[in-house]
Amino acid sequence: MKILSLIPIIAIGGLLLWAAQDFPKWGDVESPASKSPVSSHFIGKTGVDTEVPNMVTAVLADYRGFDTMFETVVVFIAGMAVLAILKGSTRGNSRRKDHEVEAEPDLIVTNTVRLIVPVIQIFAFYVLAHGHVSPGGGFQGGVLMGASFILIALSWDLEKAVSRFSIERCMIVAALGIVIYGGIGLLSMMLGGEFLDYAELERVLPVSREMARYHAMLGVEIGVGFTVTAIMFALYANLSSEGSLKQGL
Amino acid sequence: MGEESIFSELFLERLNYCIYVILLLIGLWAMLAKKNLIKKLIGMSIFQTAIILFYVSIAVKQEATIPIYLPEHDPHGSHGQPSGDESGSQTAGHAHGPLALETEEIKGYANPLPHVLMLTAIVVGVATLGLALALTQRIFQGYGTIEEDELLQKLDRADQRASLSPTTQKKRKGNSRTKATPSVIAKKGGGAKTSLAKNKKTSKNQAKGSIAKSTTGKRQSKAKE
Amino acid sequence: MIGLEIFNTFILLLLVVAAVASLWVRDLLVSAVVFGVYSFLMCLLWAEMGAVDVAFTEATVGAGISTVVLVATIFHLRRKSND
Repeated sequence: MKILSLIPIIAIGGLLLWAAQDFPKWGDVESPASKSPVSSHFIGKTGVDTEVPNMVTAVLADYRGFDTMFETVVVFIAGMAVLAILKGSTRGNSRRKDHEVEAEPDLIVTNTVRLIVPVIQIFAFYVLAHGHVSPGGGFQGGVLMGASFILIALSWDLEKAVSRFSIERCMIVAALGIVIYGGIGLLSMMLGGEFLDYAELERVLPVSREMARYHAMLGVEIGVGFTVTAIMFALYANLSSEGSLKQGL
Repeated sequence: MGEESIFSELFLERLNYCIYVILLLIGLWAMLAKKNLIKKLIGMSIFQTAIILFYVSIAVKQEATIPIYLPEHDPHGSHGQPSGDESGSQTAGHAHGPLALETEEIKGYANPLPHVLMLTAIVVGVATLGLALALTQRIFQGYGTIEEDELLQKLDRADQRASLSPTTQKKRKGNSRTKATPSVIAKKGGGAKTSLAKNKKTSKNQAKGSIAKSTTGKRQSKAKE
Repeated sequence: MIGLEIFNTFILLLLVVAAVASLWVRDLLVSAVVFGVYSFLMCLLWAEMGAVDVAFTEATVGAGISTVVLVATIFHLRRKSND
């Protein structure tokens, strides 16, 4: 099997390396990808259209809003699928392994985590809200937020983290994120534009068309952040306890 | 094209593309040849990051900065400094306000489009990795192994056990007897083809009659055993 | 500029080493941790290539969450791998 699998791999590798000779040179400004009108439009017009300095955020949440919305839905569905797969798990945590010992959470670890978790959460909010002018955005902020809950689960035990953020609440928050995202899209549709055409929100926000897009992007990023936070924590909570949500690692 | 130039083309000017091919092949090889399911998943992730590396590589421009506007192109003027005249920047915003960039200025920024495509791909990637790990955990619960060859052996053994004793199978299934029978027969049909020689004799006569039946659903309800 | 290129080459070669190592070792826990190292090297490389948002995401997701999730799964499985 190992020898047999080398045949297609060598063939594919040869083809790809052969094709790599025709790729544009490293960092070529005139390469087709860089010269394409779409990219040039994004770089040239983002400031005019949306007043967002970070082009990646603008393209992510505004120009390619549909894409991001359904990526968020994919994350949500994956989280639900993990729940569905591990929910009926019979064995659960019935048998403990030999090398495990029942021990109190370590004092130094828990106190450090107690200090560090608020900082992580504030940083997550900063990353989410400041994503317009610096690297960051809904995905990164959401993952950081989820990581703070995972840290609680790691340093105490899973029950403590789940008591703070239960899985039912996780799913509600995750769905709420998609509702926020879709709601902003529907709102702009109701105001006369197209779906996710944030510029129409100027009628309800006391700002210009460009700034309406700017602020709607923040709303969309918050929706993404909700979903990603909840799903990341639900993933960890289910995988670390085989679906029983008890004891964890 | 000589030997020298191909070498320099690939390894000096296009090292990124070269490495992306190598990483992609490592991931593909792991997915094909590794027996352990976790190793396969790690290979899948390596494959995925190789593709992302390729996308990010084509976004690079020489002498270009990151795709965030420099202060002179910033739509809100020089960011970070307190803008005293709010009204002034509204009226005379052309000096540093929103203004479409020239072609030369566009060359100063890296291409943001591949970055956006890959940013979402990473997050979706970890969600699908979690899903795959959940499936792996269920497989381990059902069969007690995550090695592919052992898994296949256990599947075969389960097939034989099902084909050997249809009566006990029925007893164990209890109330769903009538429903269980066709799936048991179907299992025999599928299992007899690849079964080991040990129990061939006993399963042979039973399998003969049922081979024509459909083999769909033969893998279902295995986890109960 | 030449410094950046050396850095780039160095990270690219380390990437291949990390990828092979994470598939080579027979202890799955080591494999997961080395895969975290691989993700972080990838994140460094992307930051160097100017894709700061992608690098940030990879640092949080690839080196953070996916390593933790892998370790959490391996904890419930056997650590030993046959190949």
